[in-house]
Amino acid sequence: MADKLALIVTSGSREQLQMAAMMASVGAVSGTEVTVFLSMNAMTYFIHGREREEAPNAGEMGALLAEKKAPHFMELFQQAADLGGAKIHPCSMAVDVLGVRAEDLNPMLEPPLGLTKFMSDFQDATVLTF
Amino acid sequence: MSEPKIVDARGSFCPGPLMELIAAMKEVDVGDEVEVLSTDEGSANDVPEWLDKVGHELVENFQEDGVYHIRARKAK
Repeated sequence: MADKLALIVTSGSREQLQMAAMMASVGAVSGTEVTVFLSMNAMTYFIHGREREEAPNAGEMGALLAEKKAPHFMELFQQAADLGGAKIHPCSMAVDVLGVRAEDLNPMLEPPLGLTKFMSDFQDATVLTF
Repeated sequence: MSEPKIVDARGSFCPGPLMELIAAMKEVDVGDEVEVLSTDEGSANDVPEWLDKVGHELVENFQEDGVYHIRARKAK
């Protein structure tokens, strides 16, 4: 795995969010510098009061993740930040479109980041999209 | 040597047992041991891999009555 991993997370589906959170948490605690860039439908779970909203299942795996005792993706993102020092940034465009203020966002989040800045800062990173 | 700190992660799936072990490792002193109990076979393989990667010691890893006992010593 690369030393620097950037995850672009836009999907609101349970499977995509779970996989992104797994990559973020395991990567971060294994010595990889992990940055997560949240946008589109992935953003809503990071608004106060919406953390545990049911994520729609894209298929069979999503239903099984919900049914079995898989760690919740929000718990894994929190552990990525707390235990591994992962930086999780909301997309500034998404914040503007949603009309949310800084205090409305989950405290695990870093300040909003623009796409231009993100692409500039992570041009040397391995970038994965979810 | 004090008794290991037990982390009961039975029933949880990857990467739950690993993350619970890491959280416990942060709370103990260097030289102390943490034992994670897991029913997830993937974690029984992944946890030793993580210990090796970050430089902690795997003391033992065995399965008994369907439960994996993975004991680690904090090395740094």
